[in-house]
Amino acid sequence: MIDSLLVPLLKIAVLLNAVLVTVTFLVLMERKVIAWAQSRLGPMRVGPHGILQALADPIKLILKEDITPARADRWVFTLAPIMSLVPALVVFSVIPFGFDPLFYISDINVGLLFIVAVTSIGVYGIILGGWASNSKYPLLASLRASAQLISYEIAVTITLVSMVLTSGTLNLLGIVEAQRDAGVWFGFVQPVALMLVFIGGLAETNRMPFDLPEAETELTGGFHTEYSGMRFSLFFLAEYANIIVISAVVAIMFFGGWMAPFPNVSAFSFFQIIPGWIWLVWKMFLVLYVFIWLRATLPRYRYDQLMNLGWKTLIPIALVNLVVTGIVKVVF
Amino acid sequence: MLEPLVFYTLAVLIVALGILVITARSAVHSVLFLVGDFLLIAALYVTLNAEFLAVIQIMVYAGGIVVLYLFVVMLVSLKHAPELHADSRRLGVIGMVLALVVLVELVAIAYVSSTRSAGATVTRAVQSFPVGVQGGNTEELGWVLYTDYLIPFELVSMLLLVAMVGAIVLAKRSL
Repeated sequence: MIDSLLVPLLKIAVLLNAVLVTVTFLVLMERKVIAWAQSRLGPMRVGPHGILQALADPIKLILKEDITPARADRWVFTLAPIMSLVPALVVFSVIPFGFDPLFYISDINVGLLFIVAVTSIGVYGIILGGWASNSKYPLLASLRASAQLISYEIAVTITLVSMVLTSGTLNLLGIVEAQRDAGVWFGFVQPVALMLVFIGGLAETNRMPFDLPEAETELTGGFHTEYSGMRFSLFFLAEYANIIVISAVVAIMFFGGWMAPFPNVSAFSFFQIIPGWIWLVWKMFLVLYVFIWLRATLPRYRYDQLMNLGWKTLIPIALVNLVVTGIVKVVF
Repeated sequence: MLEPLVFYTLAVLIVALGILVITARSAVHSVLFLVGDFLLIAALYVTLNAEFLAVIQIMVYAGGIVVLYLFVVMLVSLKHAPELHADSRRLGVIGMVLALVVLVELVAIAYVSSTRSAGATVTRAVQSFPVGVQGGNTEELGWVLYTDYLIPFELVSMLLLVAMVGAIVLAKRSL
């Protein structure tokens, strides 16, 4: 009873809290990194070097008045942020942080597919949020966002198929094991797939340079223009949780997950002392840093450029990559 | 003990949501109930150890097709709720007949499959492969699809390809 119920519940509680705390500090990290990129200091006033800003932001969001527009569809308006956040958090149930059963909540054979499937549910939050607001700009933004998500999902899913061919399994633990047995991280075997998943991940989480759903110069504030207070912060949380999911997937599939680098070089043997989950978190933060770095660096795409890139560049490259992977797999 | 409980809970919820889909006033609400329905059906597949099918169910139906439904519903009926059909072209009789035919078919399928226990070729083909370690049947499914059922599989793929080309031809005014 304790093993089958209490331990998983504890793990879920720990993981969910870890994710939510990471989100608050990720926002701070984002503001700081962008500030440094623009020769500013960023938040400095709350706590030493603004470190307590991570707590001030959520408190502000929770205390704000939560407004429902008069002509909005009340039920759907409330449901939309929930439908956006829940899938983003559910995905963490299959993300492993180590070989030991202590470090993952569930080990299912179709883990990778599960991630793709559950994240595809998150699009409802965006569409419904825009629709239920009963307002022009949110509706336009949500149509854009969902078109963007669906388009880039195709390229990412095709690329994931080529990764499945390389590793021979859909199981996330199995993918890391395959990298251990191959003696090389798949990021070096499949650099094209790494780029595709990364770009697709940026687009699916509506990050710069693909943040058209929130293009404030054209759409005021995106699909969540009419949202405020706690319901807005749920959208916010979902967005950042999705970014963390993408970084975890990239770290696990392409950078060896929780394995320390250079296991065969004796000079780096002290790497093995550091626990695996710290390695994974460290790799995830490197990926997250690149996300933020790109936001500070790149300008936003135009909508037609975005669609052209997705359909006419990424999907063909993904298909060619899949075919080449298949041929290599058969020949060698 | 637990298995029938889970099954009947899911079954009741699925049927209830199905009724809500056709009785909801707003088309968007009924699409939402449909999403819930598909997710519960996926849960039903999980109880049958068909994890792969469950995930595909979520990915294709809940995450793909219903999103497109939602697009259409949102763009078509933004302001006005659709009026009740009152015209004589409603063809209610034909609808009833078709529904009856489908019902008879379903009952027939249920009856035949309950009498022919484990005689169906699909079950045999799947059973001839070793069951995966943790109830995973993805690999077995792949084997069966690409060996015993290769030609039907390819035919279905061709059908989908034709449908895709057809959709593009219809949507594009000039190619």
